[in-house]
Amino acid sequence: MTTVSAERLATLFVQVADTLVDEFDVVEFLQMLTQRVADLFDTGEVGLMLADHRGRLTFMAASDESARLLELFQLQHGDGPCLDAFRTARPVTNVNLAAATGKWPRFAPRAARAGFESVHAFPLRLRKEVIGAMGVFGSAAELDEADTLIVQSLADVAVIGLLQERAIRRGEILTGQLQGALNSRIVIEQAKGVVAQARGVSPDDAFTLIRDFARRNNRRLSEVAEAIVTALPALPDLGSP
Amino acid sequence: MDDRIVRVARLIADEPARTGDRGGVAGVLRRLCSAAERAMSAHGVGVSVMADDGMRGVAAVSEPSYEPLEELQFTLGEGPCLDAFATRRPVLVPDLSDGATRRWPGYAPALHGLGVRAVFAFPLQIGAARLGALDVFRDEPGSLTAGEFRDALTFADVAVTTLLDGQAQAPPGTAADGLDEVIEQRAELFQAQGMVAVQLGISLTDAMARLRAYAYAEDKALGEVARDVVARRLSFDSGHS
Repeated sequence: MTTVSAERLATLFVQVADTLVDEFDVVEFLQMLTQRVADLFDTGEVGLMLADHRGRLTFMAASDESARLLELFQLQHGDGPCLDAFRTARPVTNVNLAAATGKWPRFAPRAARAGFESVHAFPLRLRKEVIGAMGVFGSAAELDEADTLIVQSLADVAVIGLLQERAIRRGEILTGQLQGALNSRIVIEQAKGVVAQARGVSPDDAFTLIRDFARRNNRRLSEVAEAIVTALPALPDLGSP
Repeated sequence: MDDRIVRVARLIADEPARTGDRGGVAGVLRRLCSAAERAMSAHGVGVSVMADDGMRGVAAVSEPSYEPLEELQFTLGEGPCLDAFATRRPVLVPDLSDGATRRWPGYAPALHGLGVRAVFAFPLQIGAARLGALDVFRDEPGSLTAGEFRDALTFADVAVTTLLDGQAQAPPGTAADGLDEVIEQRAELFQAQGMVAVQLGISLTDAMARLRAYAYAEDKALGEVARDVVARRLSFDSGHS
């Protein structure tokens, strides 16, 4: 990714910092971030996890929301690049998966089987606190020092935007905001289940239906998910895909 | 990694029973309130249950003198526990003399009259499934420490599972709670919750209670049951019981 133009980078940073909008949706914001970071790489997928109050990393968003990718993030409760970045507060870069089984006995073989060759992970930091991690799964060891700095800076800016600096004087409020974000992610999973069952489709396809419906109607993802689960036992009509 | 929940569960288990304790869920919640009171240097802790259809009431308090105070929120239709339930986020008021009367014109003076100087409320919820709120009252102003805050959220977690298991008539706290199995397949658990709600035409809360009761009855891990539901190897609407 060493050839990103200054203009493109500038635009990217502004997008990621632009969170003080009225209709701010944490999950959508994080999805935007993962997509933008994925765009920086030639090949690869990006996902993001936040820690809950028990210190467990929880999946929040990915550049491609599929069960395959979600599972790779979720299984990192025991080992994996995101967990390392989260625990050490430092980026993990250019790890060749084929040689990483000793390091990550659970994660490495499954990520390799999913078709990835290399991984990177970046801590999501706010001052001294690490609130989560962002993982990049790709096909080659392609990050140099300058690249690492760019992605890490992007992550840092995103965290500040996410938690809206003016509201985070105290750690308890920070955890309170995260709490709301983690819960809105659960609502999306619940809505996926409702739609999957009602329409006889997979959770992945259910997500696509929900997301496309939200886009077509210019509504936020979390808001649509919420509407689906609170209408129960009425079932959602999301129109044709 | 999950030291906190182990410790909180132990605090509740070690909390001595009192004469006048009711059996089952109410008794467990009373001990939970007392253990939380001690762990957070609080003056009183209460758990109120609420449902989206408006059903609500006080489930337990650490000290009998706090029952009217919990109850008063429902009479007045205002207070921290109603706000936590409505906003789905923790409500943190470390100093009641700082604007609380504007927020709760009736309730704040009542709190003050009883010597309460700070109040914190935590929603009892799993995504869109809402069960109530946990209130923490203190007689001195001041914020919760980060550790106390996480403890409060963990006590709230235990209150949620206790209420769910009580609903399904499983022995409280014994169902496949999962100190670890929930971690790995969290997304599947919430997806399964949505699927079961549709299969049985019930609420998300009831769906989670059913999943937990099933896991307990079959002696299976909750995550495993959830995976079976998502993979459509297990359905609750026909022939599983």
